[in-house]
Amino acid sequence: MTPLSASVRTDRLRQRRRAWALGLGLLLACLVLTVVGLGVGSTGWSPVWTLWTPSGLGGTPSSTLTGALAADAMDLELGRQILWDIRAPRTLGALAGGALLGLAGAVAQGLFRNPLADPFLLGSASGATLGVASALSVMGLGPGVGLATSGWAVRLGLTGTAFVGSVSAVLLTLALARGVQHTLRLLLAGVVVGVVLGALSSLVTLLSPDILQAMQGFMLGTTGFVGWPALGVMAAVGVPCLVIALALSRMLDGLSLGEATAASLGLPLGALRVALVAVLALATGTAVAQTGLIAFVGLAAPHLVRSAVKTTHAPLLALSCLMGGVLLLLADTLARGVMAPQELPVGVLTAVLGGGYLLWLMHRRVG
Amino acid sequence: MPNIKRKMRFLFEIWLLALGLWAVAAPSQAAGLSVTDDRGRTVTLATPPQRVVSLLPSLTETVCELGQCHRLVGVDRYSNFPASVNALPKLGGGLDPNIEAVVARRPDLVLVSASSRAADRLESLGLKVVVLEPKNHADVQRVMGKVAQALGVPDAEAQRIWRFIDAGVQAATQALRPERRQVRVYFEINRAPYAAGPSSFIGETLTRLGVRNIIPVDLGPFPKINPEFVVRAEPDVIMVGARNFDGMTSRPGWQRLRALRDPERTRTLCVYSLDESDVLVRPGPRMPEAARLMVDCLNGLRQPVPTGVTTSGPFPRGGM
Repeated sequence: MTPLSASVRTDRLRQRRRAWALGLGLLLACLVLTVVGLGVGSTGWSPVWTLWTPSGLGGTPSSTLTGALAADAMDLELGRQILWDIRAPRTLGALAGGALLGLAGAVAQGLFRNPLADPFLLGSASGATLGVASALSVMGLGPGVGLATSGWAVRLGLTGTAFVGSVSAVLLTLALARGVQHTLRLLLAGVVVGVVLGALSSLVTLLSPDILQAMQGFMLGTTGFVGWPALGVMAAVGVPCLVIALALSRMLDGLSLGEATAASLGLPLGALRVALVAVLALATGTAVAQTGLIAFVGLAAPHLVRSAVKTTHAPLLALSCLMGGVLLLLADTLARGVMAPQELPVGVLTAVLGGGYLLWLMHRRVG
Repeated sequence: MPNIKRKMRFLFEIWLLALGLWAVAAPSQAAGLSVTDDRGRTVTLATPPQRVVSLLPSLTETVCELGQCHRLVGVDRYSNFPASVNALPKLGGGLDPNIEAVVARRPDLVLVSASSRAADRLESLGLKVVVLEPKNHADVQRVMGKVAQALGVPDAEAQRIWRFIDAGVQAATQALRPERRQVRVYFEINRAPYAAGPSSFIGETLTRLGVRNIIPVDLGPFPKINPEFVVRAEPDVIMVGARNFDGMTSRPGWQRLRALRDPERTRTLCVYSLDESDVLVRPGPRMPEAARLMVDCLNGLRQPVPTGVTTSGPFPRGGM
């Protein structure tokens, strides 16, 4: 064994160790943030303490404790509802949404071999916006209908249209780029589709200005409306997406050597691209439909992972998922906490933080 | 055999009768309130709600106008009238309500607008939600009735208050100087510019005052217009909120508008303060006051830009 290959091997070993360490660290951060997330909200930790007392844990309440509880004006049922029905699903929802965006980002950056590729790059966000705008304007928003119109049909209708819009936009981008063979053409087509669909949603909104407020409400990136069903949808889409992406990760590795090399390795590039674009569109569409527009998480997550470890795509995809989840949950916790009892829409916060990160990144590169 | 049949039939009739009696008795037994909201959904409340959250300024004002301000336990961040609601917890905006904060107030009734996404989420958490969307004069009357119904206030009271509002608008109409009728008005909602068309509640008030709107009715309630349209229409009077007035005179071609040329002398421009704008853009019980603000403007009793009015307000206040 030559000294050179030995050093390569130790280097690889070190990178692998670092990847594991990063993974464990991110998992730990997930756990810590989840616990913190359960404690942050307009009513602070009081629901947690309420449930923590013996009566909350099912023991016999002492009279002093009952008195304390009464003074706290937070009864058991309310505490349980806030923790279990509001904070738990939205905390896990932030994790899931962030993970979906992180995964989509890692897939996009690997697929297009462009470190600045973003899941919203293929026009999926503007597609979702157009979907919601058209649905709202077709249904109208006069008395009788509206976003508040309950009933799963309409609610699912809007989420569904957002999803369909997102996926159709990606398909349109692919059609315009005449397939996925040419990365540059694909990126340009994505930009064109994004701009044109964005303009179309503005047009739809102008033609029926009634929907303006509802549109704003829908596109506002927030985890505030995520309940258990929404979380279920994200998990149901996210797990298969991750599995497929992991299964195709070796091909992403091959692709990173260049398209010609990948083709010469005998990789089925066409099928691979279709599958990965499907994963990308599904993951992004689902996240947008459940949480609205949340910028930069998909861009930043894989980036942060790569800046910490140099690794192949399998760990990169998994770590990007974790990183995305941690990032969004962190931002969401901040959004709930900084102005408590008021709350910022998390999309606003990620846009500011992510924008700053991107600028710093550019500055560092230039420097 | 026929005997058994008859017996069966008798039992069946008894059962039907019992069912009928129950059907008649059941609703009166539940005795609660039920109100059909703007989603077309019927919301039932076992007892008149005592802890009410309102997430729309005009609904907050309606609740208070019905004399039920004391039942409010939280409002959205844009609700600021009557002054007593400023002491209540602010539970986020109509579009981005803080779900947890709403639930923590333990409301037995939540009033929201149709553009809010919150209704579903709040209902899935077991809260009673009534969706109401006042858009024009008729809606204000209807919403007044619905809110009264939901709160268990006698309908006669709601109708009495509505007649009072209606009379107030009528009185404002009487106060308009006769020679100012048929004046052509441009009411700007925001600087995009969006205008108040004749089918909006603002436009309805203008029509009732007897003045003309430069916006044709077929453009809808709040159309986005081309700035050139206003230049060509040459309105006699321009009404605009303080936060949208900044830079109005420097829009291309607008400095030639008669209404903007010498407003101090001609009294053809009215810039409304933030508080006045709130009155003007909320379809609620303060419509007489809004009508009065318009009449004072039309009668030339207002300084174009009253002293103390800052024309670049803070963040625009959302919601109506």
